[in-house]
Amino acid sequence: MHKAIIELSGVGKSFKSADGSARSVLEGVDFRLAEGEIVSLLGQSGSGKSTLLRIMAGLITVDAGDVRYREQPLYGPARGVSMVFQSFALFPWLTVQGNVELGLEARGVAPAERAKRAEAAIRLIGLAGFEGALPRELSGGMRQRVGIARALVVEPEVLLMDEAFSALDVLTGERLREDILELWTSKEMPTKAILVVSHNIEEAVLMADRVLIFASDPGRVRFQLAVQLPRPRNPESAEVRQLIDEVYALMTAGSGRAGRVAGEPAALQLADRLPEADVARMDGLLELLAGDAFRGRADLPKLAEETELADHELLPLAQAVSLLGLARLAAGDLHLTPLGERYVEGDHTLRQELFGQQLLAHVPLAAHIRHSLEQEESGELPEEPFLQLLSESLDAAEAERVLRTAIEWGRHGEVFEYNYTTGLIHLPEGEAIEEEDDAAAP
Amino acid sequence: MIDKRFFPRQVVESSGNRWDWALLPLVLGILVLLAWGGSQMARPYQVGDALPLTLDPAVLPYYLLRTTLRMFLALGASLLFACAFAAIAAKFRAAERVMVPLLDVLQSIPILGFLSITVTGFIALFPGNLIGVECAAIFAIFTSQAWNMAFSLYQSLRTVPGELREAASVFQLSGWQRFWRLELPFAMPGLLWNMMMSMSGGWFFVVASEAISVSNQSIKLPGVGSYIALAIEQRDLGAIGWAIGGMLVGIVLYDQLFFRPLLAWADKFRFEEGTSDTAPTSWLLTWMRRTESFSALVERAVRMLERSFLVFRQRYDGTSIRSRRRGTHQLLERAWDAALAAAVVIALWELGSYIRAEVGWAEVVHVFVLGGYTMLRVVVLIALAAVVWVPVGIWIGMNPLWAGRLQAVAQFLAAFPVNLMFPLVVVLIVRWHLNPNVWLSPLMVLGTQWYLLFNVIAGASTVPTELRYAARNLGLSGWLKWRRYLLPAVFPSFVTGAITASGGSWNASIVAEYVTWGDTTLQADGLGSYIARMTAVGDFPRIALGIGVMCMFVMAMNHFVWRKLYAMAEDRLHF
Repeated sequence: MHKAIIELSGVGKSFKSADGSARSVLEGVDFRLAEGEIVSLLGQSGSGKSTLLRIMAGLITVDAGDVRYREQPLYGPARGVSMVFQSFALFPWLTVQGNVELGLEARGVAPAERAKRAEAAIRLIGLAGFEGALPRELSGGMRQRVGIARALVVEPEVLLMDEAFSALDVLTGERLREDILELWTSKEMPTKAILVVSHNIEEAVLMADRVLIFASDPGRVRFQLAVQLPRPRNPESAEVRQLIDEVYALMTAGSGRAGRVAGEPAALQLADRLPEADVARMDGLLELLAGDAFRGRADLPKLAEETELADHELLPLAQAVSLLGLARLAAGDLHLTPLGERYVEGDHTLRQELFGQQLLAHVPLAAHIRHSLEQEESGELPEEPFLQLLSESLDAAEAERVLRTAIEWGRHGEVFEYNYTTGLIHLPEGEAIEEEDDAAAP
Repeated sequence: MIDKRFFPRQVVESSGNRWDWALLPLVLGILVLLAWGGSQMARPYQVGDALPLTLDPAVLPYYLLRTTLRMFLALGASLLFACAFAAIAAKFRAAERVMVPLLDVLQSIPILGFLSITVTGFIALFPGNLIGVECAAIFAIFTSQAWNMAFSLYQSLRTVPGELREAASVFQLSGWQRFWRLELPFAMPGLLWNMMMSMSGGWFFVVASEAISVSNQSIKLPGVGSYIALAIEQRDLGAIGWAIGGMLVGIVLYDQLFFRPLLAWADKFRFEEGTSDTAPTSWLLTWMRRTESFSALVERAVRMLERSFLVFRQRYDGTSIRSRRRGTHQLLERAWDAALAAAVVIALWELGSYIRAEVGWAEVVHVFVLGGYTMLRVVVLIALAAVVWVPVGIWIGMNPLWAGRLQAVAQFLAAFPVNLMFPLVVVLIVRWHLNPNVWLSPLMVLGTQWYLLFNVIAGASTVPTELRYAARNLGLSGWLKWRRYLLPAVFPSFVTGAITASGGSWNASIVAEYVTWGDTTLQADGLGSYIARMTAVGDFPRIALGIGVMCMFVMAMNHFVWRKLYAMAEDRLHF
């Protein structure tokens, strides 16, 4: 067994929410990064994988558990750990060479030696000739190359990649990925281990030796998949396709509450996260599913290809339509339910009615908002109490987002409406008048 | 590449191209002027001696030199203060809790208020030498620049983007390295912008800071400000004309030789992906970049700074016990907060009893009423200025051809010290027997209305073209067009301009409500004239009272009006 470079045992991290109570982001995480392996962390937004990465980078301290780097406790960023950032994090006022030399300068390397090593790294990453350029002159892919060169020139033992390719277009991302894998297999990098955080499932399977799938709320390792295929891996080959299918199935299985793998999604609690899905796209997805291409039953990876949506956009959509009972997720496939068929065939009015009905039946938050509104004489309520309810189990930004999603769905289903300027949620116009009539009638 | 191995030494080592030769006279000239001006500043002097001052236009360049020297010294001091303040406040939370509110208060105190309090102190510091008085004048200018710059730098330090901070941490940058490689460059554009605005604002107070009349004594330091003060005393309109010309020359010179090159250089620190065709250019900077020897000299200085990075580096990493962060003691923080609260209460109590003893509560109420008058003036006049300039600004801003040219003009007008126009207004008021209470008021806004204009121009020019096309397509016209489209679009920039204009107007009230021309003095009822009168007489407790009340009014307006409007503008009315 290879030696472990970074070891996490029983790590827990909680953030203080608005009312001061602690909210766990990570709980009981055990993880081991050993020499000679590439590990990929997959998970939906809010699963704490970025937090875990930053804990390993030494940027965040843990509240519970132990973090060790080469058997030493980690209090801050270790010298042997380097990071590549999602938005490149280049210093705009330094040239490419200046940026790449940054880490070396901080370590006290003399100017001549620095320049030599930086130039070698820049050549290795394929940017020879661009040493004097400023970041604003470069395209996204080139900037990320500078970020990678900067991370590699300090000869790190561990390379952490925080969604390094998600800000790039598909083609550029693929090229960069291949370049890094080539450096890895040809042993031109002194790096002994790489950790890739991503929400692109194909990327994770193509790069990693081990794929870890994270649950959300709180974040834990839910599943672990070993990938023993030799590199370079062909994305079209049967083994890779099967693995990708397996990962999709694992990621959409259950709601992650108690680690269940059954096909039926567990019922949603009141203050749970809602999948971030907008109504227009849900409609589009259902229509595609019902159409000739799939005839009501689709394999998620194929659906991803057909819609050209990224994984972090497709999965929430699939979860949303499955939550509302318009489709069913089973073993990595999406099946249209009979209700969903009626929805697709219906006209606009029928769709709104069905949507509203399903919303009230399956999303407790929407039902609670509606119920609370019906009890008000004026038929309106401010948004703050609902935000507070959500803030007790989610952080402030996430709470806002969940409420916005609920309001969007509510507006589409004509269950309630929202006034942005005043921040009031209220019953739809027609119904409010009905209520008054009811109240006024003897 | 020529092989220089076999050339004689003199030819090989003499570097310098024609740009060096062209720049040399300029640099030498500036050095000589600075040295001579500096030597003139530290001469023996006793309070009560008359300093020779003439209205001869030929002496104006020398006066210009002295004034500019003072302004740059103040700028240098402000920069140092800003760096120190921002570094301490950003790193130590305990200090931050004291320093930031303190800065808020200091920013609200009118600049001339500082002068009246500190002049005697500085004179006592350097007895028998002119430099004491010079320091007082420099300090007055310093107070018009330092607070803004300190606050801007502090804000920048706090808003460094998270990922850059993380990158600096991961790559083991020490505090010293981080300051020079990340924090200062990030803050540079904001800092420079503030420096420019402060310098422009400084000209307004040049008259008051050089012609120091404190405790019934009048000291006029050689400079453009004193020149103007003397011209006003002697009712010499021609001299005022020369002074205006001189200031124009001075403004153009330091704009071309100092600010434009700095702004062009600072373009490389720009963080957002702006369009590069709006980058400012400077002939002087291009010139300097093409030289050889000067560039080499600058390179050497930069290398020395970089060598310091190697020395002040972080020698341990995150696995060493030294990286372990200790949590802050809750008890200590609470104790510090309690001590601060106690100190504030004691200070207020002391102030209250002092005021009661020296001045009496009746006077306090009277001063508050005067403050109310001035506030009424500020509000009404800014509203009037808005009604006039917002439509003009929108029209100009939407016309890209005119926008660029006129925005620069408006910025220049904002820099121009309008107190040169005041004597003219006095003459007119006296001639036509107008009520000073009403007709002196526009003077307050005369200089600051340009901030409204050029902010609205900037706001209107950034309205997205698609929005404009949509409005035209829908056939919006008349009041509907204004209400639904134009006014909301420029609201955020209007609020920014109004905040600056309002602050400037309060400051200006001290010189606008109490105007002299020769031996004619016009006064309007208000807080500004109260402070000006008490300063001239040297009644210290009343000066303190006036300044305190003005401070309270400004802070209240900032907190209850401007911040709310700004929050509203940021939240709902941006693209």
